[in-house]
Amino acid sequence: MTSADGVTVLRRHEMPIRDEDDVVLVRRKVKQLAQARGFDAFAAAAITTATSEITRNAWVHGGGGRAIIEEISDGDRMGLRLELKDEGPGIADLDRALAGGYSTARSMGLGLSGSKRLVDDLEVETAVGRGTIVRMEKWTRY
Amino acid sequence: MARGSIPILRVGDTLLATVHVDLRDDVAEAFQEDVLTELEKRRAAGLVIDVSGLDTVDTYVARILADTGRMARLMGADTVIVGMRPDVAATLIRMGYAMDGVLTAMNVDDGMANLAARAAERKRG
Repeated sequence: MTSADGVTVLRRHEMPIRDEDDVVLVRRKVKQLAQARGFDAFAAAAITTATSEITRNAWVHGGGGRAIIEEISDGDRMGLRLELKDEGPGIADLDRALAGGYSTARSMGLGLSGSKRLVDDLEVETAVGRGTIVRMEKWTRY
Repeated sequence: MARGSIPILRVGDTLLATVHVDLRDDVAEAFQEDVLTELEKRRAAGLVIDVSGLDTVDTYVARILADTGRMARLMGADTVIVGMRPDVAATLIRMGYAMDGVLTAMNVDDGMANLAARAAERKRG
């Protein structure tokens, strides 16, 4: 399936985020896919760590949800696209969360802003009372 | 679960804790408390945390590690974090987390030597 931007989804994986073990399983899956798709150690660590941050947010703040991981290609490079969705309270001040310094009991407030710096693209869709969807992409380097 | 799942050895008057792959949050928290309890029980003067087996350190785990060092410092023991992998170091700095105030070394030997030198300096006053 090739979309208008020339990106083909090669494989799609869906995993639940119900508890702490799922956070570990999702990030382990992402690490394994990144390595299999030719990410170097730095890029693999970046996408795995961003996945860990966002998946933990979905579990701790969002009360769980699900992860969709897609192995993608633009013809030249391989990439990973993630969608992490929860049905929690949502993020009231998204600008502040993306700027960093949004501190909660369980994180230092660097989770979202830090993850944004680790990937090629990160978008957040959130509505108070309805939950949060974080989409991110990371590509191999040429 | 979790308590006692990270091995903590005594080497001379230093404790050596080896953290391995895929640290769950509750294991990280239990580890922090285990280490502080062991420090007191064994009257250790220093703590070396070997993170060479950790291939993913997010800000939550990084904070647990840095806080453990600060807690040990309050108790009178120095902490050195050793063996951080290059990709892990790069990831933490890129995220904006510098682990300020934490002593580090390339490996366990260097970490032990670092602690011994600090202890000797303290004795000399």
